[in-house]
Amino acid sequence: MFRSRNPTLRVRDLSPAEFRQRLAGDGIRLAAGPFQCRLQSGISDIADELARLYAHHPLVDSKAFTDFHVSVQPGRGLRRWLAPQARFVVDAVEPFTPLPRNQALPMLEWGLNWCITAYSHHILVIHAASVARGGRAAILPAPPGSGKSTLCAALVNRGWRLLSDELTLIRLDTGQIMGLARPVNLKNASIDIIRAYAPDAFLTRPVRDTTKGTVALMAPSQASVEGVDEWADPAWMVLPRYRAGAEAALSPMGNGTAFLQLADNAMNYHVMGTRGFDAVGRLVDRCSNYRFEYSRLDDAVAIFDRLASEAA
Amino acid sequence: MNLLLNAYRNPESIGLLDESLWDLLVRQARHANLLGRLFLRLQAAGVEGLIPERPHNHLLSGAVMAGEQGHAIRREARYLQEALGAAGIPVILLKGAAYVAAGLPAAQGRLFSDVDILLPKARLGDAESALQLKGWVSTATDAYDQRYYRQWMHELPAMRHVFRGSALDVHHTILPPTSRLKPDASLLIEASVELGGDLPGIRTLALPDLILHSACHLFHEGEPNNLLRDLTDLDLLLRHLAQDDAAWDHLAERAGQLQLSDPLRLALRYCHSLLETPVPSRIQTRTGCLLGGGWVQRLRDAMYARVLRPQHPSTADVLTPLARRALYIRAHWLRMPPLLLAYHLAHKALFPARQETHPLSTEKVELVTGEKKAA
Repeated sequence: MFRSRNPTLRVRDLSPAEFRQRLAGDGIRLAAGPFQCRLQSGISDIADELARLYAHHPLVDSKAFTDFHVSVQPGRGLRRWLAPQARFVVDAVEPFTPLPRNQALPMLEWGLNWCITAYSHHILVIHAASVARGGRAAILPAPPGSGKSTLCAALVNRGWRLLSDELTLIRLDTGQIMGLARPVNLKNASIDIIRAYAPDAFLTRPVRDTTKGTVALMAPSQASVEGVDEWADPAWMVLPRYRAGAEAALSPMGNGTAFLQLADNAMNYHVMGTRGFDAVGRLVDRCSNYRFEYSRLDDAVAIFDRLASEAA
Repeated sequence: MNLLLNAYRNPESIGLLDESLWDLLVRQARHANLLGRLFLRLQAAGVEGLIPERPHNHLLSGAVMAGEQGHAIRREARYLQEALGAAGIPVILLKGAAYVAAGLPAAQGRLFSDVDILLPKARLGDAESALQLKGWVSTATDAYDQRYYRQWMHELPAMRHVFRGSALDVHHTILPPTSRLKPDASLLIEASVELGGDLPGIRTLALPDLILHSACHLFHEGEPNNLLRDLTDLDLLLRHLAQDDAAWDHLAERAGQLQLSDPLRLALRYCHSLLETPVPSRIQTRTGCLLGGGWVQRLRDAMYARVLRPQHPSTADVLTPLARRALYIRAHWLRMPPLLLAYHLAHKALFPARQETHPLSTEKVELVTGEKKAA
């Protein structure tokens, strides 16, 4: 009954004109990992970049169950011309203050993150990046500014599979990570760093003056998107910290500290009660837990590759 | 198309839904704040296995959220007892918080935006200071709202705890003193019951009074988003009350005593017609709840038929906005004498309240907030 996802038809198969038309009309219905989303927008400027960001995502039938009906729409009335705005709407509800119109694309991404966080308590949702190699995954929880997204972007451009840049989804039954393979959120200096590090990756034009500074979105690789339904086993929890000039080095973290790190970054830990506690506990047990300091991306990637080559 | 009411009334019918109807059902249930309650209902009816995986995730998430909010509400109740008990002021829980603390079936899958308590009016000042000492602060910022609440309303402006963010409504009676109906709050306080167990010293209204308050709220509130949820509360409370057949007569009598026969009549009318709540025939006769009535009643039925739906675009028709507006005016009409009403509506028309929105951020999911939208 729920096998309506057509495995062959993907966003890249739509012509630019068709994409625009759908986006402005009934919406682009696509699957991002376990979630089926309908994206609509009356702001046509975002169409081309959005199509590039989600190029490899499978399209979903219009009769299929949709987890999130989201859109970004222009402001109303005089504002349309005076100070153009973007409004985020989820199924006729506007939970957020509008942003300047040039932030429409990041707003759609952040709004979608919010939907996942607010509506998904059947899984543990951790504010962390996660990447996989050969079925095993590294979770990178970290506060903003720690270089989490930069490191994540570097790894996925050097053979690691992107599970998620922002939200790591943990199944409660198997403890596995379900990937999202949605765009990576790059901020400020890391935009140019990743442009230089991975010239082939698609990055959107930078959007200035957001609450997070200047942001650009990086498209997930084709392999990450097409392999997204392969759930990964959490194997490492690595708390990264960028420090100028530092030699890349891992140092083991005690289980207690690791538990607090994960629980503290779990968006719905306190909503899930004992099930959240058990899920985090199992995660800590399954993972080798580390702190990680780095400055040069190549060294960092080498250390992750060494982790992946060790036997499980 | 009101899929939500169908599924709620007739759980087996979900076997007939296709994917796009499931999609609509989940959206309607989210807008009505009934995801969790619907899930528990389907589970209790033994049809959980008929729910496909994706809708199941959403329904379960609603139930998980509601369950954990229940814990948070019990915790809040203890903090309140700590703050007010020292000043010798009783903590009497109302509405959802009372259902949870008393372990009533109406607690099932209930989502909360705040905790409501009732105090003797004479202790209002003491209570406000005691609460402020423990970190609750008033949220009404403009002078008009402060004055509006303190002069004309049955409650203080909403309070919020500075650290926990939890919202609190402090009532000294259950309807504004300016209302046409004037239930005597001291009767409610007198009849309140102590809970004991793991919530020592904490009280709730007695069951008939909880029902009457809920009825009162349903028909004096101008904000339709939670009305269907409130009607299901009433249904669950009435079915619980019905375990003791004699309690029906007591309920009808109590309604008379508190001047709340009219809200009770309407509550029984719409519970019976929309949720098939059983009402004994002698109570039907006594309250006149199922009588046809004249054009006023028919107009009222048409209005409530529209607002007692999930307030989702898929259930709206051309008259829905009018019904919502009319209900807003009617609610105020019942709560204020005409001149005051005119003044208040004029003020709100000249200085409309800003819609409450929040900056977009990836913050943790909040458990108990003052947020009243179906977000």
